[in-house]
Amino acid sequence: MSDKQRVTRRQFLTYTLMGVGGFMAAGTVMPMLRFAVDPALQAKAGGDLIATGLKESEITNEPQRVDFKFDQQDGWYESQVTQSAWVYKDNNGDIIALSPICKHLGCTVNWNGNEEFPNQFYCPCHFGRYEKDGTNVKGTPPRGPLDRYDYEIKDGVLYLSMRAKPRGGA
Amino acid sequence: MLNKVYDWIDERLDITPLWRDIADHEVPEHVNPAHHFSAFVYCFGGLTFFVVVIQILSGMFLTMYYVPDIERAWESVYYLQNQVAFGQIVRGMHHWGASIVIVMMFLHTLRVFFQGAYKKPRELNWIVGVLIFFVMLGLGLTGYLLPWDMKALFATKVTLDIVQSTPLIGDVLKTLIAGDEYITGAQTLTRFFAIHVFFLPAVLLGLIGAHFLMIRKQGISGPL
Repeated sequence: MSDKQRVTRRQFLTYTLMGVGGFMAAGTVMPMLRFAVDPALQAKAGGDLIATGLKESEITNEPQRVDFKFDQQDGWYESQVTQSAWVYKDNNGDIIALSPICKHLGCTVNWNGNEEFPNQFYCPCHFGRYEKDGTNVKGTPPRGPLDRYDYEIKDGVLYLSMRAKPRGGA
Repeated sequence: MLNKVYDWIDERLDITPLWRDIADHEVPEHVNPAHHFSAFVYCFGGLTFFVVVIQILSGMFLTMYYVPDIERAWESVYYLQNQVAFGQIVRGMHHWGASIVIVMMFLHTLRVFFQGAYKKPRELNWIVGVLIFFVMLGLGLTGYLLPWDMKALFATKVTLDIVQSTPLIGDVLKTLIAGDEYITGAQTLTRFFAIHVFFLPAVLLGLIGAHFLMIRKQGISGPL
């Protein structure tokens, strides 16, 4: 027993005080931290597809702008928001639904928005341009291709996802 | 009268050494513009602090009318600026002060840099200064959103895009700052408000305290 390092009274007090203090500090800080990071840990809302009111038969080779509405829940704030998409069928007959949000600084792009650049998406803010498939034209401001919506055809009507997804690349 | 009040308190609490320690020290000749006019470059740090005090005061008063709610924020700012007496002045102080504080801080940084005043033993104070610089940028950034007008909204969307482009943790970081994965909305505004009004000012006061303490401890660097 005398070989072992004996814990002195002072050490014992230091350890217990540090333990209790640490426990109290953690108990105070932990709830607040969890409270603050909650948005990052909330379960992702299921990506419901929204009916657009556009029939499949109306989709042509020419991009057309489609607006669709859905109820959006922002914390305690509910509102109806309108999303837009440029929809067309490519040469293989596949449907493409592009987000109109410019990948430079978030303005809204238009199909054939500038007479000088026919058959391109054009952003009026800083002259960003995209090919028909959404690929950004080299040498213009955008940092990547236009985002794409997921889509589905149900009963001949086009359904789109609430959010467009980045395509990556370029 | 005032003297008597002071003496009455001092007799009981002995406060004279307290403030002497903080305030009673000579300004060296090379730092005094009365001796060498070029010494005005030493004023920028103090001017930065002066503007910070104005920012804190005007900000405190602005919150008497401002509401961090997306449906009412813009209207509350419109009201306090146009309907409340001196509203234009008080908001103007906060608005222009935000830019002036950056300018003053930048001039102060240049002075310290070109005089080499950051060198040993004052490296730590340089580091604290840089931290203050970042906190100021954060204050400017978060304050910019609060009027909730188009310029504020889209500037913040661009900011959040930049945050999101951080490698690996970009998405989580954006959600933490904006309060939602996609929406720049109600939760973004309350978060920015909390950061602008409580979190960053608290950090700023701590850092400024450390900045001044180190100056007091080490003294002002010698003449060139």
